[in-house]
This record gives sequence, C-alpha cells and structure tokens, in this order.
Amino acid sequence: MLTILFDGIAYGMLLFVLASGLAVTLGLMNFVNLAHGSFAMAGGYVTVALVNSLGVPFFLSLPLAFLVSGLLGLLFERTLYVHVYRKSHLDQVLFTIGLVFMSVAAVDYVMGSSQVFVRIPRELQGQFSVFGVGIGRYRLLIIIICGLLTAVLQYILARTRFGSRLRAAVDDGRVARGLGIDVNRIFALTFAVGSGLAGLGGALGVEILGLDPAFPLKIMIYVLIVVTVGGTSSIIGPFLASLLLGICDVAGKYYAPAVGPFVIYSIMIIVLLWRPQGLFARAASR
Amino acid sequence: MIPSPAAIRAATDWLAARARWHPLEVLFWIAAFAAIYLLPGRHLIMTEVAWLGLFALSLDLILGYAGIISLGHAAFFGIGAYAAALLAKHEIIGEPVLALLCAGALAAVVGFLTSFLVLRGSDLTRLMVTLGVALLLREVANRNGWLTGGADGLQGVTIDPVLGHFRFDMFGHTGYTYSLIVLFVLFVLARRIVNSPFGLSLLSVKSNPLRAAAIGISVDKRLIAIYTIAAFYAGIAGGLLAQTSAFASLEVFSFDRSADLLLVLILGGTGWLYGGVIGAVIFKFMQDYLSSLTPQYWPFWIGLVLVVIVLVGRERIGTWSEPLRRWVGTVEKSVTRRRSAPEHGG
Repeated sequence: MLTILFDGIAYGMLLFVLASGLAVTLGLMNFVNLAHGSFAMAGGYVTVALVNSLGVPFFLSLPLAFLVSGLLGLLFERTLYVHVYRKSHLDQVLFTIGLVFMSVAAVDYVMGSSQVFVRIPRELQGQFSVFGVGIGRYRLLIIIICGLLTAVLQYILARTRFGSRLRAAVDDGRVARGLGIDVNRIFALTFAVGSGLAGLGGALGVEILGLDPAFPLKIMIYVLIVVTVGGTSSIIGPFLASLLLGICDVAGKYYAPAVGPFVIYSIMIIVLLWRPQGLFARAASR
Repeated sequence: MIPSPAAIRAATDWLAARARWHPLEVLFWIAAFAAIYLLPGRHLIMTEVAWLGLFALSLDLILGYAGIISLGHAAFFGIGAYAAALLAKHEIIGEPVLALLCAGALAAVVGFLTSFLVLRGSDLTRLMVTLGVALLLREVANRNGWLTGGADGLQGVTIDPVLGHFRFDMFGHTGYTYSLIVLFVLFVLARRIVNSPFGLSLLSVKSNPLRAAAIGISVDKRLIAIYTIAAFYAGIAGGLLAQTSAFASLEVFSFDRSADLLLVLILGGTGWLYGGVIGAVIFKFMQDYLSSLTPQYWPFWIGLVLVVIVLVGRERIGTWSEPLRRWVGTVEKSVTRRRSAPEHGG
C-alpha cells in the first residue's frame, strides 16, 4: 500500500519534471506547445546514446540531456516558434502537431522504431525496505532530484529578479518592454530551460516510461493533463496535479487495471468542467 | 417593431442570392459523378476521399462556422464506424443505408451529450476536453474486447448489398458510388444549413459570442445544435469507412486521425464547405504518393506540410481558393469580412 503510494509519488514527480517546462510556456507565455514531448524524447535518446554506446556514466548523462534538449529548444524557439507566438491557438496547435509528426518520423528513421532501454548503474537497481515499505532506489533518486528541482524552480520564479522579469513580461509585454526588459530574450531563455527540463525528465523517464519514437504522443496527453488540471498561474498547481495524477495512475493500474486510464480521463474532464482554469488556479487574471 | 414587408423581401432575396448554386459547383459535382465511369481504376482511393471529405466537412461545420477547435473529432467518427460494423456483423440491421443512418444517429446522440462539455472554457480547455472524450471512447472500445474485438479490431464483418441490390465489390465500384451519393446528399444539406439564417447566426457567434448574445442569439443553443449536427456527419463518415472496408479497429479513435483531419481541412481552407472535400482530395493523393516513396516515414512530410502552412500563414495559403470562393460566391461576403478582421484566438 505504502509502496504504491511511494511509486505513485515518484511517477508524479517525473511527470512534473516533464510538464514543468510546458507549464511555463503554456501558462505564462500562453503558447499551446503540443511538441513539448518531442524535447523530452530528445533528452531520452541523448541519454540512451551516451550511456549505451559511448559508456558515459549515467549521472553525467543527465545534465548533458538537459543541455542538449535546452539548446535544441533554444534553436527551435529562435528560428521557428518565435514566428508563431502571436498567431491564433489553432495555428499553434497545427504547427506543433506538425513538429510532433516530424520528430516521431525522424527519430524512427534514425534510431529505429523499437523500444530502447538505458543501462542504469548497479547501485540504483533493486530496492530496500524501511519499516516494511519497499523503496526502489531509482525511484528514490527521482524523488530527490525532482524535489530539489521544484524548490529551485519555485525559488527562481517567485524570488529572483529573473522570475519577476518573466512574470512582468508575461503579464504585459508592452509595458515590460517599456521598462527596459528584454522580453524576447527572457522568453527564449525560459523556453530553452523548459525544453531542457523536459529533456531531463525524458532522460530520467526512460527507465520507468520506456522510450520509443511514439513517446511524444504518449507523453503529450499526460503533460497536458497536468498543466490544464493544475492550472497555469503558478508552479505549485501543476506540481500538486502531477502528484495526484501519478498516484491515481499507479494506484489505478494496481487496484483496478481494467478501468485505470478511464478514471484519469474522466477526472480530467470533470475537473475542467468544474474549474476551467484548473484546480489550483487563482481567479483568472485576464 | 415589425420589419416592413420590403425589408423582409430584401432579406430573403439576399439569403436566396447567397444560397444560389454557381455553375462551378455544378461542374464540380458533375466531375465527381463522372469519375464513376471515367476512373474505374481509382475507385478504392476515391472512396476514401469521399468519406474523408465528409469527415472534414463535419469538422468545418464546427471549426469554420462556429469556431470550436476540436482535437477529438475522431470520437464521433469512431462511434459511427463501430456502430455500422457491429450492426452489420450481428445482422441487427443488414441494409447499409439504414445502418448508416443509425450509426450517424448514435454519434449525434453522443455529440449532443458531449456538446455541453465544449460550451465553457478557453480554446485550451476545449482542446483537452475533446481530446479527453476521444481517448475515453478509445479506452472503452479497447477494454470491451468481447464487443469490439479490442486491439485486433472487429473482424468478420460482411456488409449486405445496398438497398438489397448493389453488392460491395473488391474494386470499390459500389463503394465509391454509394459514398459519393451519401456525400452529395449530406453536402447539399450542409449547404442549406450554413446558408440559412441559422448558419448566419453561427458565423456571428464565431466572430463575437458576446455581441451575438447581446443581439438576442442564444449562443449555447446554437453551439449545441451545430455540434450535434457535426457529430452526426462524423458518425456517417465513420460508418462509410466501416461499410466500405468491412472492418473497424481502435485506430478510428486515434489522435492521429483527429490531427490529420485538421490538416485536411486546413489544406482546403476553413469556412467554406468545399474546403473539406478539396482538402480530402489533396490529402489522399499526397498520402498515396508520399507513402509509395517512403512507406514508413510519410508522417514526416505531413508534419512538414503543417509547419510550412502555419509559417507561411494560413490566410495566405487559403487565398489560393479565394478567387474560387468569389466565383462560387456563397460565403464570399462573410469570409472577406472575417479575413480583414483580426482573428480572436482561432
């Protein structure tokens, strides 16, 4: 029972890392980015390639996955996304779906369509028990990393100068520009960090979620649920939503495998009907 | 105040002028029906064009005329497909036309019930809710393998002859004729709907719901009505797929299908009914060509087309059809007016 709770929390934390970047681009920048999962997939494949083919230590591959996905995100933001910010939501949806299709087919072409695995170091395998609760080492690692990340993110967004500039740029881009804030640069940087986080999540998730070219499509639904249910006005909302989703999903698969996904989709629809702005959102700011 | 007789006459004349058939439209349908005799070797793919065109037409009704973005339109398509296949398999209703109507009606019922979900919220909420409904239905079909065949799909379906006379053949001759007639009938119906006062009120709801409500249009009722009608159309399209291919699988509910559908409609342009049909022609032949070049990777090219369309600008791509639209003249005024005004959130 507690083990399931633990696994659920680990899974939820992982979802949060995957979704946090989207929470920022979608929530703060109001940009519907369905291709977020593609950056996560990039991180996953970077890790797989580094660890399995080049023998890079697993721990070293994680920051590299973050970097590569972040740079990729920066590249795409500067060259492509920047033209789509001001278009309608329909255009954004079409554009990012197009990117998803392209990334799926491209990875399929380069890496093959079969599922790949990553060799994780031996000290992370297996589980130990504390007061009779089985704790997987790898899942514990995920919880630690993601917990730290959440704290850092919340700190950056709420307390630092960069955070307040970002919020200012989002709330009213024109006034922010007038105050001398370089809005474009802030958006680019934020987008890059968000993509990097997705890449990190993808790298961590290979072991738990599995990785194949259809990964962006599979993960897209989950991260969108996290962001829409959690609301997009803070980082805490998506965090709670991903914990909730993770625990529900794991528990659902364990106790009621026949209706598992059913429950999640139904909850999402009900929450969105009840509170279209998300479960933990403050009143709509605009 | 009661409008003067002259004003009423002017309004009806204007509506009638809007609804008048243009020679080009007549030509279009003559060409489509001529293909029955002129292109017998192409009937299989043209059957697919017919049901895809009908499906895209149904999305156009809600996206182009009511401004609802849906990522889950495959939900109704899937219901229609499974309904038609199951009715035929268990020989509840053997006659295809009747079964098709039942499939459409079932989809319409589900459309009506879920229409309440899309009334509230922003574009994003609508996206997620429609997507959620489609996923939910896919999961239901997946879990109830005893009824739907689960992941293997519904096999062993035999479709009776249409109206008891015209047997489906493996070259798609009957399938194409049948699909085309269904498409034509429903197209004429849709044309009447969008050119009616009801259709005009939908356009006003799309451009500005608040103002539409202020001049006395009950926004929610219009949206529910058009969403239900669109679900009916999508259900019929799904039913056509199931009947002409004698098969239904989980793939009918898939996200890819909803996404492809958006591309189809965008290729042809939204907000004029021919967009869906022409988009379907372009899409199917493009898919046919690309998948013969690179069988496994053709989604890449589909994605590329989407990205390029958005970057170049949907309005600019849409303009290829602008002269055509002007000739056709049915939606000319509303379209040009809408295009000059900035779009509000899709």
